[in-house]
Amino acid sequence: MANEQRKLQTKIMQEYYQLEKKNETKRPVVQNCLRAFLVGGIICSIGQAIQFFYMYFFHFTQQTAGNPTVATMIFLSMLLTGFGVYDRIAQFGGAGSAVPVTGFGNAVISAAIEHRTEGFVLGVGGNMFKLAGSVILFGTFSAFVVALIKTILIKWGGF
Amino acid sequence: MVASFFWAFVIGGLICVIGQIMFDVFHLTPAHTLSTFVVIGAILDGFGLYEPFIDFAGAGATIPITSFGNSLVHGALQEAEKHGLIGVLTGMFEVTSSGISAAIIFGFIGALLFKPKG
Repeated sequence: MANEQRKLQTKIMQEYYQLEKKNETKRPVVQNCLRAFLVGGIICSIGQAIQFFYMYFFHFTQQTAGNPTVATMIFLSMLLTGFGVYDRIAQFGGAGSAVPVTGFGNAVISAAIEHRTEGFVLGVGGNMFKLAGSVILFGTFSAFVVALIKTILIKWGGF
Repeated sequence: MVASFFWAFVIGGLICVIGQIMFDVFHLTPAHTLSTFVVIGAILDGFGLYEPFIDFAGAGATIPITSFGNSLVHGALQEAEKHGLIGVLTGMFEVTSSGISAAIIFGFIGALLFKPKG
């Protein structure tokens, strides 16, 4: 798609594109990846500790302990987002803080806090899922398609 | 127990590295990256691969957002076993309910407690 668009542009636009590409600051990919690995790994280790807590004291299994763990992690990310700590973690960790569910929680909660000045109904209620909505939409729709195909195969396909 | 912390750290970290590569090398926005991850999680569970992955990596598999897609498919399939096709709709959020409810409830409490900065 990007190539088709470039064909339609004028010569000056193409020259500008080349210039922009040449002068673009290189992103420190390796350093960013190391930071993402570190932050993501630490968040998952904290999750593992909470998961053990639920498995030993509330008798969840390895498969079911994920749910209360996710809820607890989102609670923690509410506190961190509210006190402005999560922004700093996100600046350091990049994807390491966005990919775990705490990043999903942060997206919902920061949107809710940010739009609070516009009122609770139109501001908080209307904008809460502004960023996280796409995750829910594509998750739900792809899950629907996958589950539908699998159910049909199992019921009538004889698998 | 130490081993499960180790694998949670390594696998969770590696999934985040894949996300960082999608940010930096393929220039995707966080929303695109997270949506892709959720779809990948749903497809993996469709092939029955996510459950052994959780057994192996523990929180390294349940904490990244891919587990959201996995638990959506999981709930839908569980209900579909009992009620047939309609179960795909009724069971969809059965397992994921905790994540979404927590995000909504704590998001609202956060909006009540904290004031926006800047």
